[in-house]
Amino acid sequence: MSDRLSGNEAVAYALKQINPDVMGAFPITPSTEIPEYFAQYVADGEVNTEYVTVESEHSSMSVCIAAQAAGARAVCATSSAGLALMYELLYIAASCRLPVTLACVNRALSGPININNDHSDSMGARDTGWIQIYAENNQEAYDNFLMAMPIGETPSVRLPVMTCMDGFITSHAVENIELLETEVVRKFIGEYNPENYLLKKENPLAVGPYDVSPYYMEHKVLEAEAMKAAKARILEVATEFEKISGRRYGLFEEYRMEDAELALVLIGSTAGTAKAAVDKLREDGVKAGLIKIRVFRPFPGEELARALANTKAVAVMDKSEGFSANGGPLFAETRSALYDLKERPYLIDIVYGLGGRDVKTEDIEKVFGRLANIAATGEIGPVYTHMGQRSKEENA
Amino acid sequence: MSTVYNLKREVEKPARFTGGHRLCAGCGAGIVVSGVLRALDNEDRAVVVNATSCLEVSTFMYPYTAYMDSYIHSAFENSAATCSGVEAAYHALKRRGKVEGTVKFITFGGDGGTYDIGFQSLSGAMERGHDMVYVCYDNEAYMNTGIQRSSSTPHFARTTTTPVGSVGQGKKQNKKDLTEILVAHNIPYAAQAAPIGNFKDLHTKSYKAIYTEGPCFLNVLSPCPRGWDYPTEKLAEIARLAVDTCVWPLYEVEEGVWRLTYIPKKKLPVEDFLRPQGRFRHMFEKGNEWMLEEAQAYVDQKWERLLERTGA
Ligand SMILES: Cc1ncc(C[n+]2csc(CCOP(=O)(O)OP(=O)(O)O)c2C)c(N)n1
Ligand code: SF4
Ligand SMILES: [Mg+2]
Repeated sequence: MSDRLSGNEAVAYALKQINPDVMGAFPITPSTEIPEYFAQYVADGEVNTEYVTVESEHSSMSVCIAAQAAGARAVCATSSAGLALMYELLYIAASCRLPVTLACVNRALSGPININNDHSDSMGARDTGWIQIYAENNQEAYDNFLMAMPIGETPSVRLPVMTCMDGFITSHAVENIELLETEVVRKFIGEYNPENYLLKKENPLAVGPYDVSPYYMEHKVLEAEAMKAAKARILEVATEFEKISGRRYGLFEEYRMEDAELALVLIGSTAGTAKAAVDKLREDGVKAGLIKIRVFRPFPGEELARALANTKAVAVMDKSEGFSANGGPLFAETRSALYDLKERPYLIDIVYGLGGRDVKTEDIEKVFGRLANIAATGEIGPVYTHMGQRSKEENA
Repeated sequence: MSTVYNLKREVEKPARFTGGHRLCAGCGAGIVVSGVLRALDNEDRAVVVNATSCLEVSTFMYPYTAYMDSYIHSAFENSAATCSGVEAAYHALKRRGKVEGTVKFITFGGDGGTYDIGFQSLSGAMERGHDMVYVCYDNEAYMNTGIQRSSSTPHFARTTTTPVGSVGQGKKQNKKDLTEILVAHNIPYAAQAAPIGNFKDLHTKSYKAIYTEGPCFLNVLSPCPRGWDYPTEKLAEIARLAVDTCVWPLYEVEEGVWRLTYIPKKKLPVEDFLRPQGRFRHMFEKGNEWMLEEAQAYVDQKWERLLERTGA
């Protein structure tokens, strides 16, 4: 069925259809609406979830971890500082192999405090052991959330899943969206029946040991293996999802990449703007293309290298800083992925859009202009730059 | 359960907290945990929640657990929220016909994990009203990391972050009164207990806390021979002195009604509790008599207030 929903409404609606066992709820802009909409579903008796109105995101994630360990399906939503407050617990959820689901509505991190979109919150959590799936628009936010549990709960994976969408741009903008029937969703998600859980009568369980050196490393290797296994599972679930929705998903989306010589690699809603720029350049005969990363964890390194193998120059666009003094996190992953290619394209990194700084079609076209120049001259210039900030003179 | 306490009968119950853990000899924590868990009726299951602490690292070192019931440790600062999550899952799964029988939820946190870093999580869980018991085993410092002060450490006590020196006199501040703060949450049951005598005090309060619906809180004094610096065999004696000097009064607050559960026949001077412990040794040096006087005055004042409140 078709509807018009904001990204937050779409995720809340997915949650209603799933009817999870436990939800931890705490407000932070721009994800606040998700627990708000859901509270109304609870109040109206449309779901019978145990809705726990915690006193912090720290407790929200703690509740989710414990509830999932107890045998329940647990969910929460957050942004920015909320995700940062969960930092330690994100590791605990993943290492206890608890497939909690979290809707991250991406927002800049302090300081200074800023409520608008960039990816510094979820990028800061990229090494916590969570699967991360990013949406370009409301439809993808809805679809990704529905795919999260079948991915995370698979015995070979058993990892928590963070589905991300861009704050305000996606979370608050109303768009046309195709929703699945609730029965179809429930059948697709299935029951959560873990093998072991705290409340299992026949077999008590102990979770969260003090792990000493003779065991810790083995446990971490198992976790790493699970993250590797997640890649195949993500694709499997995408295939199943296509059958019920007609919508196709991969680890990333390739837009006009068949013969592309100049390409962008980026994440999230900017893909919409970038697609418009690619179309325009294609009309002018420029062989431009785009790769929109959907799955950042596990990172599709080999697949990305293959997709970029025949390009001449590539710009990675990072919507978070990272402060490595060596480029943003998406750049680091992409550059590392390309290393194994015999012939590598020129590669630059552009950090953009921090704290909600707008990016327009013309900005993207300029990036392609730079790439065209690099491809033609072989002069790469500065590898890592920022885009969209005022110059020093303008600031003065 | 019969209401008359019988230590022999209680001890004969199948143990839920087993030996073989790695707590120091003479540690109060293990005694507190077994005392609390023994109050569970045999037919009831429990999920035990634990904050990072001496207790946690000593009782669930992979791959061995000392608990017969299900157990979860998540972090240092979130044990009450963790317990909330398990309890929430229980209600959700029960509603959906996926869990049967009675399950009780009992959390153990040290004073650091309760008075300090886990305080917000505890306050939140109590306010939300989860059906759970939070037990603080109070050994008055961060023992697991090597005896650092907490807000539960008493005035003048020497810890590794409140050392005694030419200027330093041990901890500068008084102990936070956490039990009173929990009472102010208007929870159905809060009590202060200690592992003394035949454990009747701890048992009775544990039973009430476990079988009273809603959030309940127990603050149990848990002597630590290492951190308090006294001979391991003196556990019972030290706990007894804490109670008889009124340094650690035993009382309970049930639905807002305060009641002393033990009144010393003869209130002993605070010195008697302080003297056997190395952490207070400097208080007995010449010229430091004022410390003993201050400590006594503080205990007297708190005790008077408690007598007023309990109408004793
Ligand atoms: C967030 C965090 N900070 C610090 C620590 C280190 N730490 C582990 S246990 C502990 C002290 C525990 O003290 P308490 O709660 O009083 O329990 P005890 O060990 O004294 O029984 C500390 C500081 C930690 N594990 N996590
Ligand atoms: S240091 Fe103290 S609290 Fe920790 S195990 Fe030893 S006696 Fe118990
Ligand atoms: Mg302690």
